Amino acid sequence: MFAYDSVILARMLTSMTLVFHIIFATIGVGVPLLISAAEYVGIRKRDPSYILLARRWTRGFVIIVAVGVVTGTAIGLQLFLLWPTFMQIAGHVISLPLFMETFAFFFEAIFLGAYIYTWDRFKGRYTHWYLSLPVIIGGGLSAVFITSVNAFMNTPQGFTLAGRTITSVEPLKAILNPATPSKVFHVLTSSYMTCGAILAALTAFFILKYGNNNYYKKALKLTMIVTLVFSIFTAIAGDTSAKFLASYQPEKLAAAEWHFETEKGADLILFGRLTDDNEIKGAIHLPKILSFLSFGDFNSEVTGLDKVDADLIPPLWIHYMFDLMVTLGAYSIMISMLFLVFMFWKKRDQYNKWLLRAIVVNAPFAMLALEFGWIFAEVGRQPWIMRGYLRVAEGAVSSPYVHYAFAMFLVLYVLLGTFVTLILVRLYKKNPIQKEWEQRFPDTLFGGDQR
Amino acid sequence: MSYEVLGLSALWFFLFAYLIIASIDFGAGFFAYYAKQTKKDHILNRLIARYLSPVWEITNVFFIFFYYGLAGFFPDAGYYYGSAMLIPGSIILVLIGIRGSFYAFENYGSRSSLLYTFLYGASGLLIPAAISTGLTISEGGFLREEGGSIHLRYTELLTNPFSWAVVFLAIVSVLYISANFLTYYANKAGDEPARKILRSYALFWSAPQIIASLTAFIAISRQNPEHYNNMLDLWWMFGLSVLFFLGAVYFMYKEKNYGLSFICVMLQFFFALLGYGIGHMPYILYDQIQVAADATLPEMGTALLLAFGGGLLMLIPSLILVMRMFLFDAEYVKGKK
Repeated sequence: MFAYDSVILARMLTSMTLVFHIIFATIGVGVPLLISAAEYVGIRKRDPSYILLARRWTRGFVIIVAVGVVTGTAIGLQLFLLWPTFMQIAGHVISLPLFMETFAFFFEAIFLGAYIYTWDRFKGRYTHWYLSLPVIIGGGLSAVFITSVNAFMNTPQGFTLAGRTITSVEPLKAILNPATPSKVFHVLTSSYMTCGAILAALTAFFILKYGNNNYYKKALKLTMIVTLVFSIFTAIAGDTSAKFLASYQPEKLAAAEWHFETEKGADLILFGRLTDDNEIKGAIHLPKILSFLSFGDFNSEVTGLDKVDADLIPPLWIHYMFDLMVTLGAYSIMISMLFLVFMFWKKRDQYNKWLLRAIVVNAPFAMLALEFGWIFAEVGRQPWIMRGYLRVAEGAVSSPYVHYAFAMFLVLYVLLGTFVTLILVRLYKKNPIQKEWEQRFPDTLFGGDQR
Repeated sequence: MSYEVLGLSALWFFLFAYLIIASIDFGAGFFAYYAKQTKKDHILNRLIARYLSPVWEITNVFFIFFYYGLAGFFPDAGYYYGSAMLIPGSIILVLIGIRGSFYAFENYGSRSSLLYTFLYGASGLLIPAAISTGLTISEGGFLREEGGSIHLRYTELLTNPFSWAVVFLAIVSVLYISANFLTYYANKAGDEPARKILRSYALFWSAPQIIASLTAFIAISRQNPEHYNNMLDLWWMFGLSVLFFLGAVYFMYKEKNYGLSFICVMLQFFFALLGYGIGHMPYILYDQIQVAADATLPEMGTALLLAFGGGLLMLIPSLILVMRMFLFDAEYVKGKK
């Protein structure tokens, strides 16, 4: 039999909630940008098909936000239920961003409520569109604040600790810890990129299934531009994050890169696998690139795992997470670039079946990249919950009932996941775009041609 | 006033706001289900949906505000509650999860099903019952310290008459507050048939509500005599609360001034909760957590207050905007928009 381990169970439950919540949180942050963009283009160009696009995206979005509210409430409370000791100490320092995150979300929720119920209520052409801006800002700010809390766990600062008592606090310094800028940048760009990828994939899927027309073409062009722009920004943000790690959290970078010996001109190791004796097999070695990516200098010295205490080395399997994240991110850049190149270079058809299929799989790929990225970020911090101050095992709840909570939430998430999928499919099946188009624009064929 | 007292007042305000707003929402869910069961849904449910649709997410946020605020101003309270509430807290979350999502599925997913309405209605009564255990625990005697961590005494909680009195009060109050508000809303919408039914609900639940209040009041005397004596010193607050209760029932019975009737309901709970809260001083959690001794450091307290003030400056205009668009826009309320 296994010994009952409430720490492991607390970690499992937190991971499960986060893996599930990230999907909805990402969509909650990113999709408003695309909805707003579509509505704006529609107003600017006086093209109602863009506005219809924004409307249809909003309908699904609202349902996803509702589930996101629920999973967000869950993770917010689980922080206290599963990690009481951590929250008791850290709560003195980081309750400010948690509190502000709630305000930001509140702001978003209020205006989302206003946005979805006022489509045809205003006289001014732009009035309804203005309501989308606080939704984008509110969603973005809640991501900023909550990410600063996660950043604090990686590079805590802004307090002095004596035993288990905090004796002085500088709340702003805690929020603006060294990890915050690169993390916030990475979280925001990857959210926008993933949402672009998801909406592009849906459009591509419909083109494959029902055939192409102007409506889909407009949607695909818009979403692919967003995907490309933010895929590139995400890559830049990833580079910023690597540089941050090299300077502030070298053990995480070293573990992700299987960089055992501290050396100058360090190689970048791509793919491969690790034997039981920590030997790297089948990997691609790019000479001196790790040094370059870490400090912008091919001959700089990169700290290896030999400089880290043996019990403070993160699990080495995060290398796979890191590689998967980067590979899938690169795929997104490649596919969206290919699409836009084909679009401007008239000799190629950007709507060819294979490219469309590649765009469809880009959505699950982008979401997986996000999940892998978070697993890398969280597992790479082990064994710390608050780096340098408190270990995960010391922060966890000690209760003989954690497995009951785990079972309850597992059932809840399975139920919600199943229902939200069914409901979304039914929502769009019940009111297909062809039907809605005919009701709204009886004079034109679906896509925009005159009857 | 010191920052921790200001902070606590803000928390108290959140609790009060949550009590009113969430009760309307929870009760509405139950009435929607009940109306479906008794084949009155064609009269009631459109009205309920018109009110709930734009505001339901806002309700949840008040709850999050409250516990983030509590844990921010009093991290040790967060620690005690966090450690003890694992199972009740998880139950609350699962219920909130079911309720929030099935509400969205029913409303935005364009499908109506009796199962969804049932889940929505039942969770609306179970959530306040579960949340009220938090207040119960604050009276002391339900926690056990063992091996450096805090545990909840489940048997004590489940067999204690006081904890059941609080559960009863929570459920009955939800129905009473909600019926009162919805009557006012139906009247504003000029929806005569709905107003009639809702008014009968409001009157029906008023007697159980005052009985439950008095029962809980007396039950505190056995659970926590110190708190009870403090509350007796504040007898006039509870007296005012009862007066406003009578006022609410009077206006409701006379079928006029539904707005005034609901204001009376709010004042009834305002004074009851205020008397309860002041009597609770200086403890947040009896015998363990005190307001002054266990507050966070002044730097953090001040920062939280500033964030709170700034947040309100941003939120109040937005809330007014939404209310003007939905709650007080006669055309919207009447269903013409």
